Amino acid sequence: MRKNPRYLLWLIIGLTIAAVFINLPKFSNAHFANQTFNFDPNSIFTALKINKTLNFREGLDLKGGTSLVLQANMKNIPSAQKDAALNSAKIVIENRVNLFGVSEPLVQTAVTNSNDYRINVEIPGVTDVNQVRSLIGTTAQLTFWEEIASSAAKLGTPDIINAGGTYFKKTNLTGTDLKQASVGFDQKTGTPQVELLFNSVGTKKFADISQREVGKRVAIVLDNQVIEAPRIDEPILTGDASITGGFTTDTATQLSTELNAGALPVPLGILSSSVIEPTLGSSSLTKSLFAGGLGFIIIVVFMTTLYKKLGAIASVALTLYTLFVLAIFKLSSITPYGITLTLSGIAGFILSIGMAVDANILIFERMKEELRQGKSHETAIELGFSRAWTSIRDSNISTLITSFVLYEFGTGMVKGFALVLAIGVLVSMFSAIVVTRTFLRLIYK
Amino acid sequence: MKINIIGKKYWYFLISLVVIIPGIISLILFGLNLSVEFTGGSNLTLAFPSKVSSANVKTISTVFSQNKIKIQGIATSGNQVLIKSQPVDQNQDIVIMTQLKNKLGSLEQQSYETVGPTIGAETLKNAIYALIVASILIVIYITWSFRSVPKPTSSFRFGVCAIIALIHDVLVLIGLFSIFGHFFGVEIDSLFVTAVLTVIGFSVHDTIVVFDRIRENLRRIGGENFSEVVNDSILQTLDRSLNTSLTVILVLVAMLIFGGETIRWFVVALLIGITSGTYSSIFNASPLLVVWQDLLQKRKK
Repeated sequence: MRKNPRYLLWLIIGLTIAAVFINLPKFSNAHFANQTFNFDPNSIFTALKINKTLNFREGLDLKGGTSLVLQANMKNIPSAQKDAALNSAKIVIENRVNLFGVSEPLVQTAVTNSNDYRINVEIPGVTDVNQVRSLIGTTAQLTFWEEIASSAAKLGTPDIINAGGTYFKKTNLTGTDLKQASVGFDQKTGTPQVELLFNSVGTKKFADISQREVGKRVAIVLDNQVIEAPRIDEPILTGDASITGGFTTDTATQLSTELNAGALPVPLGILSSSVIEPTLGSSSLTKSLFAGGLGFIIIVVFMTTLYKKLGAIASVALTLYTLFVLAIFKLSSITPYGITLTLSGIAGFILSIGMAVDANILIFERMKEELRQGKSHETAIELGFSRAWTSIRDSNISTLITSFVLYEFGTGMVKGFALVLAIGVLVSMFSAIVVTRTFLRLIYK
Repeated sequence: MKINIIGKKYWYFLISLVVIIPGIISLILFGLNLSVEFTGGSNLTLAFPSKVSSANVKTISTVFSQNKIKIQGIATSGNQVLIKSQPVDQNQDIVIMTQLKNKLGSLEQQSYETVGPTIGAETLKNAIYALIVASILIVIYITWSFRSVPKPTSSFRFGVCAIIALIHDVLVLIGLFSIFGHFFGVEIDSLFVTAVLTVIGFSVHDTIVVFDRIRENLRRIGGENFSEVVNDSILQTLDRSLNTSLTVILVLVAMLIFGGETIRWFVVALLIGITSGTYSSIFNASPLLVVWQDLLQKRKK
């Protein structure tokens, strides 16, 4: 069974060009041989009209910042609404984090096995402890404001706001009067709408407001920001109102989640927090990259000394291996499964280089044995690969099992390590079995 | 002349015990020096405008004890004070900082890291779970993958012996770090857990390469003389084992020298684990197969 190595060679060349293209950093106005060059790997997305950008995502330990684990206190929330409440709390935190204006903050919810409701927050670049505390200082405040004539508005008083030229005055209706918000669909048109259900006190308050304000608008304010200002078409006395008009399912969900933050307020406490100084992070990055580069050179020298020509081929395969893995990291940033590079992830990567070398060593040692028994180069190559394959397969599957378990049970750092190790092992099998073999076949043909 | 590894197997087991037993004694006597990630607790860094005096340190200790927070460690470096203590929640932190500022004038909180005891215990529990689940899955995989291994041995034995070698490596690593923790203050953090798990992967990886050769040789020459087949298999894979480990060790040494403070002990852990993994795959895992086989034969007689 001999496949034509030439097709595989073209495949390898194609993949290499793609990987180099992806890995190159963006540059503009680079001068070379009296010419000016501009390059941006994202140009391909622009051409395809895809609104995505490729980049290496660095973890907090590399770029500095604050990470928090917040615990949501669900004591007063009915169990059926706990998930909704957690999502609302997440939206509130997200809104507050966005006020910091940092790029790529991360806010995730998590429910542990012991039924703890948590929110994990990562804010790159922010290391001020007090600033971070303000995130959870207060629970979300949802208030309703009624429209008033501009002549009646005395600005400067805290109960009057101006939103887009319209003045609103604070009412006594608040989030605690709201029982629940949900997404529904208009029975006639089928368009999405947001449905509000008030409790008995809220029903009365809202009935008063809606009678007073027919034809005017009511501003809904969360944490001092107007999130919606619907117009009241008719008095609502029953305590269930719906906000219609111009919603997609997504925007309706967003609004109802924000409303629930007021209806189902969840006090948050800090379970753990840590701050990494940005300077520490970047020096760690430089150091580990330097160590990684040096380690790579050591491997190349070692392999070439031990296995001469074979070792040189393996070194080329390893270089391609590194290019492929880096390209996968960068490509992952446009998928929902973005890989974040952390210190432990880099360690996992360097380790996977070691395993990639091992696959080559296994094959070469096997080839040497076959050559010693007087087989021809071609036969030795084929036997070397087929006999080494079972041990490469079994040992790598065991490593994959380990990384899978780590990913399942691990938190943060351990997860990152496991993911990188798994990708490294998969690519290393490709590199050893396809890349090295194709090169060998072409050379010894 | 052929090297006889199997013949001296009990000597090699003895060498393993010489390394493992002090570690176990240290584990029993001193335990592990767990970081706040596992025990729960706080790390605070305070910065003064000038070099920290011992009077300042004393004031800090007093303020902490007035707030009923036990300090586990306090260290100064230049104008910084590093405090490791029981968990300080955000309200207590505000109170403490106000009191400190009143007493000591201008000082700044540079970092505040706190882990609640629940999260700490959870991380530890998850790490132990991961260890157990990974071991069980690997035994199952090896038992399945070696199912066609010819008599006189059985695939299940291969799985169990691989796991014994794995436990050997984990014990060496954890034992030595218990000793390091007691004498050099090295902490067990989640990076260390990552190292342990990597070593597990590597240990099994290494063992399987030798086992794979035993499987192949058994198929080819049969199991008449089991211990000789095992010995030959070890020798045939020796070059590969040493070369691979040497490559990884060289990379790790580069990381140890140039990788910076943050990952130093992580790299040390990997170095120890991978050396141990190579040793155990050659001198423990395969000889154990022979011991098992001998025991079964004796019982038959």
